[in-house]
Amino acid sequence: MCEFDTVERSSTSADRPLIMSYVLDFSFMAEKWPAFVAGAWLTIQLTVVSISLGFVVGTVCGLVRVYGHPLLRRLVGFYVEIIRNTPLLVQIFIVYFGLSSLGLKLSAEVSAIIALVVNMGAYTTEIMRAGIQSISRTQMEAADCLGLNRLQTIIHVVLLPAMERVYPALTSQFVLLMLASSITSQISAEELTATANLVQSDTYRSFEVYIVVAVVYLALSALYRLAFWAIGLVLFARRRRLGTALQ
Amino acid sequence: MNHLGPNQLIYLVLAAQWTIVLSLIAFAGGAVLGLGLALARVSKIAALRLLASGYIQVIQGTPLLIVLFLSYFGLGIMGYKLVPLVAAGLSLTLYAGAFLGEIWRGCIEAVSKTQWEASDCLGLNRFQQYAYVILPQAVRLAIPPTVGFMVQIVKNTSLASVIGFVELSRAGQIVNNSTFEPFVVFSCVAAIYFALCYPLSLAARALERKSHAAK
Repeated sequence: MCEFDTVERSSTSADRPLIMSYVLDFSFMAEKWPAFVAGAWLTIQLTVVSISLGFVVGTVCGLVRVYGHPLLRRLVGFYVEIIRNTPLLVQIFIVYFGLSSLGLKLSAEVSAIIALVVNMGAYTTEIMRAGIQSISRTQMEAADCLGLNRLQTIIHVVLLPAMERVYPALTSQFVLLMLASSITSQISAEELTATANLVQSDTYRSFEVYIVVAVVYLALSALYRLAFWAIGLVLFARRRRLGTALQ
Repeated sequence: MNHLGPNQLIYLVLAAQWTIVLSLIAFAGGAVLGLGLALARVSKIAALRLLASGYIQVIQGTPLLIVLFLSYFGLGIMGYKLVPLVAAGLSLTLYAGAFLGEIWRGCIEAVSKTQWEASDCLGLNRFQQYAYVILPQAVRLAIPPTVGFMVQIVKNTSLASVIGFVELSRAGQIVNNSTFEPFVVFSCVAAIYFALCYPLSLAARALERKSHAAK
């Protein structure tokens, strides 16, 4: 396909230096592309589910962190600090190997989703907390005066404006989670990276396989950014009308 | 069958040293690369700006795990021996460089424009402007987010276990293979990571509060 010369080795024959050449060969794609499509599809499913559930967990915890009972606030604080200061890989191992050794047998996919949701939830909590704290008290007093009930106040006066403020941070965290989902390949959830590991052990074309997968991940992150931008347009009608960010 | 005892715990703690070494390599390499990228991102030359932002987009859009595999197998293709420490150090450097470059670009751009103008008026050249006026101010802004990012580096060294580098996570897997107590073993591993990362998180938060108070 395309050829490039790499490191020049010390010459063994007298007349010319030996050149290590390596030919990139992507011909395995003709046969293996369905596996990559299936892997990418599972990555999308895994991450869409974990992002949605993680967002719900994080939003609830964010509300608790700001308005909750002091004891609950402490508890959420513990959860956030523990998750944010340990690697996702170890969290995945604890859920998959740890829980199964305690008698709770879960499939790799379910374990992956649980670990990703727990992880996503902690990061979302911190981001949403910052957003919720930025909503001034007077906003809620005004909502009271307008006769909104508690649920309406939380959704329309607290959560949506809070989310609008932290939306860029939130979406980049979502994209990071999509990329981090590659780590679930380590417990053999058959997503994109695990597919790559499988194909490369079949074809011995490791470098080419991971180049293909890197390109697919790049495309996925572009796709996710586009999707979150579109969701933002729908969610934040006020911003769409006025064209300015909330101050 | 072994049980998790003092020997296994000592083994984990010793392996944690390699986590620290790898973090330091990644941070040092990433700092050099990141500074170059940050300066390229604010350069007057359009090609440099494009190149740097392209690099950052690509690294931030691919999982570190894939970068790790690419550098591991890529080094192999180029005819070097496969040393996990080198491959892990290289990929973490590439990764940390991209993120630090982006963080530091923000800090350089946050230094007010009047500082550039004033140093222009004083007849400083571009190098002097950076060395004596802009960077010293940018560094003060950069310290809290940089310390915060170090937590990410420490956590991400766990991925080096995948290519067989024996650091804390890999050591956890090894201990688990002989004791079959994954819940306890990986909880211990997590606790050691927490002990490494939490002080950094606290420091980042304290520094941030301090720099907010200074404003």
